[in-house]
Amino acid sequence: MARFIVRRLGFMVMTVVLASIIIFFATTILPGDVASQILGRFATEEAKSQLRTELGLDKPVVVQYGTWLGNFVRGDWGESPSMNTLVRPIVFERLGNSLMLAVVAFVMYVPLGILLGLIAALKKNTWVDQTISVGSLAFIGLPEFVSGLILIAIFAIHFKWFPSQSAIPPGTGFVEALPYLILPAITVALTSLAYVVRMTRSSTVDVLQMDYVRTANLKGIPPRKVLFTHVLRNSLLPTVTVVAIGIGWLIGGLIVTESVYGYPGLGRLLLFAIQRRDLVLIQSTALLIVLIYVVANLIADILYAVLNPRIRYS
Amino acid sequence: MTVPAASRPVFEVEGLSVDYVTELGDLHAVRNVSLAIHQHESFGLVGESGSGKSTLAMGAIRYLASNGRVADGSVRLNGVELLGLSPKELRALWGAKIGVVYQSPLSALNPSIPIGRQLAEVARQHLGMDSAAARGRVQEMLTKVAMPDPDAVMKRYPHQLSGGMLQRCVIAMALMTNPALLIMDEPTTALDVTTQAVVLDLVAELKREFDSAILYITHDLGVITKICDRVGVMYAGEFMEQAQLKELFKRPLHPYTLDLLGCVPHFDPTPQKRSLVTIPGSIPRVDQLPAGCIFAPRCSFVEAACTKARPPLAAVDKGHLSACRRWQAVPPPAEYLRAATEAVRGVQTACDTSDVLVRTSDVQVHFKAPKGTVRAVDGVDLDVCEGQTLGVVGESGSGKTTVARAIIGLTPRTGGSITLKGESLPRTTGRRPRSTLRQIQMVFQNPDASLNPTRSVGDAIMRPLTLLGGLDRRRAKDRALELLQSVSLPVSYFDRLPHELSGGEKQRVAIARAFAAEPGIILCDEPISSLDVSVQGSLMNLLMKLQVEQKTSYLFISHDLSAVQHLSDVIAVVYLGHVMEVGDATKVLTPPFHPYTEALLSAVPLADPDVKQKPIRLAGSVPSAMNVPSGCRFHPRCPRNLGDVCREQEPPWREGDGDHRIFCHIPLDELERLQAETLVLEAEEGA
Repeated sequence: MARFIVRRLGFMVMTVVLASIIIFFATTILPGDVASQILGRFATEEAKSQLRTELGLDKPVVVQYGTWLGNFVRGDWGESPSMNTLVRPIVFERLGNSLMLAVVAFVMYVPLGILLGLIAALKKNTWVDQTISVGSLAFIGLPEFVSGLILIAIFAIHFKWFPSQSAIPPGTGFVEALPYLILPAITVALTSLAYVVRMTRSSTVDVLQMDYVRTANLKGIPPRKVLFTHVLRNSLLPTVTVVAIGIGWLIGGLIVTESVYGYPGLGRLLLFAIQRRDLVLIQSTALLIVLIYVVANLIADILYAVLNPRIRYS
Repeated sequence: MTVPAASRPVFEVEGLSVDYVTELGDLHAVRNVSLAIHQHESFGLVGESGSGKSTLAMGAIRYLASNGRVADGSVRLNGVELLGLSPKELRALWGAKIGVVYQSPLSALNPSIPIGRQLAEVARQHLGMDSAAARGRVQEMLTKVAMPDPDAVMKRYPHQLSGGMLQRCVIAMALMTNPALLIMDEPTTALDVTTQAVVLDLVAELKREFDSAILYITHDLGVITKICDRVGVMYAGEFMEQAQLKELFKRPLHPYTLDLLGCVPHFDPTPQKRSLVTIPGSIPRVDQLPAGCIFAPRCSFVEAACTKARPPLAAVDKGHLSACRRWQAVPPPAEYLRAATEAVRGVQTACDTSDVLVRTSDVQVHFKAPKGTVRAVDGVDLDVCEGQTLGVVGESGSGKTTVARAIIGLTPRTGGSITLKGESLPRTTGRRPRSTLRQIQMVFQNPDASLNPTRSVGDAIMRPLTLLGGLDRRRAKDRALELLQSVSLPVSYFDRLPHELSGGEKQRVAIARAFAAEPGIILCDEPISSLDVSVQGSLMNLLMKLQVEQKTSYLFISHDLSAVQHLSDVIAVVYLGHVMEVGDATKVLTPPFHPYTEALLSAVPLADPDVKQKPIRLAGSVPSAMNVPSGCRFHPRCPRNLGDVCREQEPPWREGDGDHRIFCHIPLDELERLQAETLVLEAEEGA
């Protein structure tokens, strides 16, 4: 098991390094000169070249990459030209917001998805199963900007239960932010629910047909106990993996939902940085999102191994 | 422990019918069957796939798929009617009064729960024990099934144990409550023959120790002779015959039983090869049963009256029931065998160097694995002569399949040489010219996987004809039709897709495809193992017939010693990637044997209850090919181990008569003396 984790960690570091190379070189070969961006179009060539020296832009690309990565690891993420402020505090502020939204969405769709998937599997091929499967599928096809607007129209404008915009100011705590989180979280949950439902349903249907479930039944164990001790443990394995991998997307990938609600999360920060061609901000935000995805995958792998003795003891 | 004959049976099934509700309407899968089992008695339920054996057993204890239902009848356990019980009352019986052992122990146990906890569940549920007491009970049960180190086993997960060990755990679980009824559904089918022998011994012993009545389901006529007191033969959902074990084998009174006994190759190392009995046609679907006797369309004793009304299962002798109205016309087995089979050819063993078609010399196939080298094939020397059959026999993990794959070039060898007609063969198919590829063909174990599901039968057979035989499409089609006929399939099958064929028919197509290239040799890798006994018999007949007609050589790989001896001229016994003994079929199967051959022979369950076999049992299972034992690789399991010399030194090849060679430290005359004391096969008169 320890060896397994060490190996996974090794892969993780390699992935991050590879991603950092891609991010750095993709952003540096983009058209546009950092110096003229910062100093404006009318700056003298002399001032610009002085700034380039200060920023190290005159050095070879490989050296620039090394310096950037070293600074990133040390926590020196530089200054954002478009916001005229240090990058790290902003990114962390947004990361906090994203985490809050992720937690609320996660709590909404994961237990519900597993429950609905289980019910569908146990009632396989009945109207209950079909309603659940078709219902959850219908939402998967609905883009977030559509479902988001519908939710706003109903719950914010018609019923006025929740605010229609979620542009919470920096430093808002979780409890004060909660009303602003409900609608975006529902939007996210609607699109993710179907994955969890379908995954849980299909693996539970498979497990219910396994010989060991027959063994358990013919031991005379009550059905509910068979479900909890013999079925769930095996049938939730694939769901756990899918859900854990999904954490990365929940934190770093909600660009559309955040835009619909004006929610200040990581996704919208990245979009803003791209629109402003703020290379420093793009690089740091993108690399942080990569880190989140990689960690989510690591969690998925470890959870899978912990729950599956065939991996744990091989 | 004997039970008075008049005592009431523990388990009684009367007039049971089980239906499956399907889109085609109700299928009457099991119809009006009755049986009774007494305490300490074991009843063997024999039949081919689709005969309804498992449906009968599971229907009787009311565990059916959601579309299954018991339509009629009565099932009593210790006098309690099971058919009226509520689900809750049933659960109080399952696991407590009824224990079940399944075919595949690995899939019957939950992969993510330690074995000890899975077994303890039964004790907690039905014996009212707390977890500590239940653990104690599990330990006690594991000791009873002769499990080494029960404490360690209880902490293990199923994937960490071998098949034989797992099956002992499942048996321990089933017997935990000393149930009144123990159902065993093909419990040894998934195990190796040496492990099977150990498990069968264990069941025979537990049968005396525990009070259960045993319902033993199997397709293997050999296995029931080891376990059962009484036997019922099922066919398409009904009993054809029921009798005491010895009575059934000595004097079967139903033509189906007679045919089944004739399909199985008899262990008979004589130099004359005979065909096996075949049953024409196939088991009817339960929704398309004939009007009269359901076996009539395939029966060789049929007369017009048989097709009018369905004969009931009726007592024809004391304790002997037959569903045949002409039971008096059924001849004794020996007489029938002589009449229904024919001499095909003699064993051919003459082979000069010039007749050697394929020769492997010191062939090695080693695979690199993260933790070492897997020595799957580790120095194999074999000769296959023109027109002859070399049988290769060994347990799973012996490397027999890998040898075949190295010969045909699917798995490249890592050492040694392989020649075809004296010319060295390149290691992989990619480097072999077409003329060589044509010469070597293969028939695989699983016909479902070896035929492309989207290509018609005709396409599959035409492919080698156009690719390797150089025929144009029209001539290839003519030839393919001829080949279909030669494997006894109707020409109308030309356009069919594989899924429209039965397993046996698919394997016939695979054989036709192999013969299409007009090869010198066909490598048959367990070609009959996944099929029913009657289909096995007809395929062995087919292989023998085609060999005589086409003068083809076979390399016949099987774990089934009876099948190997039936087909082979020369037999090689392999163990852990190395040949242990090789020679003429008659010599390998008579003393002196290699100790491994001797153990295999004593483990094979022979379909003859009068034969006593020597109780030689191998401990443990085949070691991993990653850790091949030093000295003689068989020494850790060898019952005739000499100690240091076997552990430290590679044994010499000892030459016997003709080409008979044994890889053993014990000299041949010494082996012969040891093994002559008690012959492996010893007929016991009137036992």
